[in-house]
Amino acid sequence: MKLTGAQIVWESLIREGVEVVFGYPGGANLPIYDALPDFNIHHVLVRHEQGAAHMADGYARASGKVGVAFATSGPGATNLVTGIATAMMDSIPVVFVTAQVNSKLIGLDAFQETDVTGITLPITKHNYLVTDVKDIGHTLREAFYIARTGRPGPVLVDITKDAQQNTAEWDPDSEPIKLRGYRPNDKPANSEIQKAVDMIHSAKKPLILAGHGILQSGAIKEVLEFAERTQTPVAQTLLGLSGFPASHPLNLGMMGMHGEAWVNHAIQDADLLLAFGMRFDDRVTGDIRRYATHARKIHIEIDPAEINKVIKVDLAILGDLKETLDQILEKTKPCKHTEWLDAINEMKGTSSVRDIQNLPDTGHLYAAHVINDLWNITKGNAVLVTDVGQNQMWSAQYYKQDNPLQFITSGGLGTMGFGLPAGIGAKFACPEKEVWVICGDGGFQMTQAELSTAAQEGIKVNVAILNNGYLGMVRQWQEFFYDKRYSATPMKSPDFVKIADAHGLTGMRVTTRADVETAIQTARKTEGTVVIDFRVEKEDSVYPMVPTGAELKEMIRRPLTVTAAMPVQSEVEA
Amino acid sequence: MNHTIVALVEDIPGVLNRVASLFRRRSFNIESLAVGHTETPGVSRMTIVVDSDETSILRLISYLYKLVNVIQVEDLTGRACVTRDLAMIKVKADVENRAQVMQIVDVFRARIVDIANNSFIIEITGDEAKIEGFIEVLRPVGIIEMVRTGSVVLERGGNPLYSSESTVDTGEFAAATAG
Repeated sequence: MKLTGAQIVWESLIREGVEVVFGYPGGANLPIYDALPDFNIHHVLVRHEQGAAHMADGYARASGKVGVAFATSGPGATNLVTGIATAMMDSIPVVFVTAQVNSKLIGLDAFQETDVTGITLPITKHNYLVTDVKDIGHTLREAFYIARTGRPGPVLVDITKDAQQNTAEWDPDSEPIKLRGYRPNDKPANSEIQKAVDMIHSAKKPLILAGHGILQSGAIKEVLEFAERTQTPVAQTLLGLSGFPASHPLNLGMMGMHGEAWVNHAIQDADLLLAFGMRFDDRVTGDIRRYATHARKIHIEIDPAEINKVIKVDLAILGDLKETLDQILEKTKPCKHTEWLDAINEMKGTSSVRDIQNLPDTGHLYAAHVINDLWNITKGNAVLVTDVGQNQMWSAQYYKQDNPLQFITSGGLGTMGFGLPAGIGAKFACPEKEVWVICGDGGFQMTQAELSTAAQEGIKVNVAILNNGYLGMVRQWQEFFYDKRYSATPMKSPDFVKIADAHGLTGMRVTTRADVETAIQTARKTEGTVVIDFRVEKEDSVYPMVPTGAELKEMIRRPLTVTAAMPVQSEVEA
Repeated sequence: MNHTIVALVEDIPGVLNRVASLFRRRSFNIESLAVGHTETPGVSRMTIVVDSDETSILRLISYLYKLVNVIQVEDLTGRACVTRDLAMIKVKADVENRAQVMQIVDVFRARIVDIANNSFIIEITGDEAKIEGFIEVLRPVGIIEMVRTGSVVLERGGNPLYSSESTVDTGEFAAATAG
């Protein structure tokens, strides 16, 4: 079959099962875009390449498949960078196809030339520069294979314009994938399985640290079975949310900096930690010298480089989590940990009293109210996509997600502006599901141009802006640790209702708690993307909070009463 | 302490950059680096000397394995090996000290490979300590210019580090690092 390089690109994607791609055309990828109309792939035209990267990422997270984004050379490719780094930190399989100037011009500072493979080297799992049409087909095959296998991650393929234009004979099945240095399929060793089982059977106070690996390995059923059989409570990482049903009696909730108090206490008191596909991020451990000092630790992990990187473990099992748990389950007997579970229950102490949901209704609108109401109204069934900051932490705390792959957030990189484009990507992955984007006024404005993409595509995502007039999480740190010097955090925003209107979309504003439900219900019934501007309490903080470098038990707790001094934003501004 | 790491990598453009970039971003300092072809077509061998503690070295090795083009990594520190570094040293050699320099060269079993009116180029191979010693002795004579290759290492005995049939058991590695 004789094809142009551009045709080989699309044909390869179709062979990989790609149905939708996100991208932006330009000078160097014109041949690829010229060939596009001849192939049955839906292309979503974004408003900025960062949007394409986050959409492909959101698509991958919501579908479990590989996301694909396109950009041209130079600025097109460099605009992807934040999105690539986001996918890298969270191990999301995305293939980025960028265009490069003609191979004869490389190195000559040609128009829109950038060393994209050089720039993205540390933020991709692997990348390629393709200068010969004959290499396009097998390189894309390798790219998809590397992106989705082992510990997943983004792979970038940079293709020169002449390689796109030239033609070559292409037999897609002629060459098997040959990657001498790539061995993603580690198998757990039998001896280690037995050691793990012995440790599990002898534990009195075991705890599962449920990470993103559960979702990526598809080990949801296995973790559930393991937790139930061994009566082991489960603490979740931010990216692990939705890997274990939030409503399950054994689920404790999120751990770490903004984890619930009892979760962190349980970790510190446990005698066995079972780390399932997680990497002991500093937001999870607090001070590592004082982290879970009483506990023996078993780490089940696909990536050898994560083992003993931060926390020294007693037993490391290298391999796929699902496969490993299958083997462990074969040998694990039912256990009872009534005393331990009771003890954890007691750790809850005043927590529920401190919960903002249970404080007397003062007429103030709190972000937690919005998310809690949204959770009630959607019966916990929405795909929740968050931005980064307070909105993200409140979403994690109050939207109790039971459904796998339905809590989508930028964890490792913490990329503001992720929410809206990732939400659009998620909607393309599951058009039949209800998608809600939760963001702050700051993050929304970073990528709000993508509203235009949503409008052009005619897709429906519901955007809840938790508008507190501040870069809230930074403001919170300034309040706690910088004597309330609100340097560069107060933010004046445009009228978000008019912004929605200008895009031909529906906008609403909510200033009191009483109106939250109506607004959410109206949004659900309205056709097309809806933006709701929730004017929430300006100076509310996310509690509890473990300050950086503190031990997990050293938490700043929410005061037991709401201070009268807190201004109601609706009175101030609305 | 200095560790000698040998990495067998695919012989394709950009691999040296990938390895060097990894050392930089993970905060490892390269003491010396030597790269060249191996007995296997398409495979290059990097010999990297790095100053680091044992735990960090294990981490470094697992980071290296994350690079798709890296086929195998071994820490040869403490194993029975032959280590060689090559240096070429241009020294002052005029009528007065010529005989003295030639004597030193003789003692170290180095070789004079170029003679000019006022200078020699001396070639010496050996392990790092020998070359360091040689340089110290030559310093008072007057070193004009010097170039060194960095260490290359082969393990003693009949077995190769790598054969294309063997696969690396990273599981074994993880067990070793799990302390």
